[in-house]
Amino acid sequence: MGIISRGFSGRRQSADVKLPPGQYLTTDFPVLSAGPTPHVPLDGWEFTISDGANILQRWDWTSFRELPTDTVTVDLHCVTRWSKLGTSWEGVSLDTVLAEVKTDAAYAFVHSYGDYTTNLPLKDLKNKQAWIAFRFDGKDLAAEHGGPARLLVPHLYLWKSAKWVRGITLLQQDMPGFWESLGYNNYGDPWREQRYQGE
Amino acid sequence: MAGAALSGRVTWRVGTVVALHDETTTARTIAFHVPDWPGHVAGQHVDVRLTASDGYSAVRSYSIASAPNSEKHVELTVERLPDGEVSPYLTQDIAVGDRLELRGPIGGWFVWRAQQTEPIQLLAGGSGLVPLMAMIRSRGAAGNTAPFRLLYSVREPEAILYRDELKALSDHDGTLTLTFAYTRVAPKDWPRPPGRIDAVLIAHTTWPSDLSPTCYVCGPTPFVESAASLLIAAGHDPNRIRTERFGATGEPR
Amino acid sequence: MSSQSDDYLDGNAAAGELSNIFAIDITAAEGQCAHCGATKHFAEAHLYTQAPGFVARCATCQHVLLRVVTVNQRVLLDMRGMTYLMFDTSRLHDSGQ
Repeated sequence: MGIISRGFSGRRQSADVKLPPGQYLTTDFPVLSAGPTPHVPLDGWEFTISDGANILQRWDWTSFRELPTDTVTVDLHCVTRWSKLGTSWEGVSLDTVLAEVKTDAAYAFVHSYGDYTTNLPLKDLKNKQAWIAFRFDGKDLAAEHGGPARLLVPHLYLWKSAKWVRGITLLQQDMPGFWESLGYNNYGDPWREQRYQGE
Repeated sequence: MAGAALSGRVTWRVGTVVALHDETTTARTIAFHVPDWPGHVAGQHVDVRLTASDGYSAVRSYSIASAPNSEKHVELTVERLPDGEVSPYLTQDIAVGDRLELRGPIGGWFVWRAQQTEPIQLLAGGSGLVPLMAMIRSRGAAGNTAPFRLLYSVREPEAILYRDELKALSDHDGTLTLTFAYTRVAPKDWPRPPGRIDAVLIAHTTWPSDLSPTCYVCGPTPFVESAASLLIAAGHDPNRIRTERFGATGEPR
Repeated sequence: MSSQSDDYLDGNAAAGELSNIFAIDITAAEGQCAHCGATKHFAEAHLYTQAPGFVARCATCQHVLLRVVTVNQRVLLDMRGMTYLMFDTSRLHDSGQ
């Protein structure tokens, strides 16, 4: 640990609510990104489910927006230590998206416009745990926050909620995504503080 | 001295604040004494690490404002950002005698050395002036007479850093030419209305490309992208343009 | 407000972090993008730092050149995006000598 800087405490706020270990409350919505914001015109947007060899399901923006949606209020926990509570989203549940998909794959590899990827067990996308979200706080999701649509998986650290989501590949063998392949935890449960590999 | 240069690794060092000077209402120069400072070259920067009593730490990069010297003396000029986590502490809370951790000097590409003799074009956007001022000061300290031009893009007169020093240099040194470009508020009777730098200003106030100057551009990313593009459009060889981007908010990293 | 695509720094801002592992200043090193072949000084790379780690991208084609994550005492470095990085070993870290 470095020498203490007299009187420095940083911008952290104390919370009256319980946060996952090591997290600080924020009231703004930081924009974190590993690259330039992709700009995806809606008439070219698609979301696919594939098994690696075949496309099993595909939606364009029109057909996607015909699917039933949920409006949910969830807490967000970023591995860089900020948490934002009570955020409101509208999106299509992954239960809806996966309803017609027959698979024995155990893993999902998520890919986005741009080159971002992340991975998680398929079961973590089911049972009202995940959405393809396209509205935030009552407005269309801004590009800087992942619009037109992003994955939202609030029970895991926010890097799993891939912005600009484009598709999911169902895999028998887990494959680490962008941050998982460089030291971040393969699963990422904030309540067990699974930030890095080896935790 | 040679030993320090060959030591290789850049390490954290402790600096003691020896002086504070407010440059504007939002920018402050902090002077440090760093006993094991190995020396630096104009254009380099340091990382400053602040640690709270619970171990939480924040690191930010700041360009060195002072010329190379042999007194273990390092000055940084910090601009306070409204939403900053570190800059409010550095511009308002620290006091003479405080000790802070600095890592550096860092950087070997965005530098000007006193051995250089070619014409130099400096383009500064706001607090991007800081490393360029180190270059100007380095030139003065070394008695280098390479022709320097500085185009300094700044919001308004009250935001000018090192105003008196720049005026004195501009008045007394015939080989240093200074142009202010005000982007929001210009002084009364200023010939150019407020606005961002453009091709016309580049053409009238900067070295022509056929002199093959080395150009140093520093400031927020959008400024750097725009200024570098204007220089290239004016015929400058991209290989003679060196850039350092601060964040869009002005606070590096 | 600047557009989001302007929210990057450049390779200069990674030099401090990378000084943990490189004895030689990386900003002056010349690197070739493995994707498009563009050769530039590392200082010219577009650096994204608002992330769980640093990501340096080719200024020409935006492909990832290098990624670095520092976790406590461990530094993880992925340089697959560069065909090579060329260092001048006579320089080491410059302190003006």
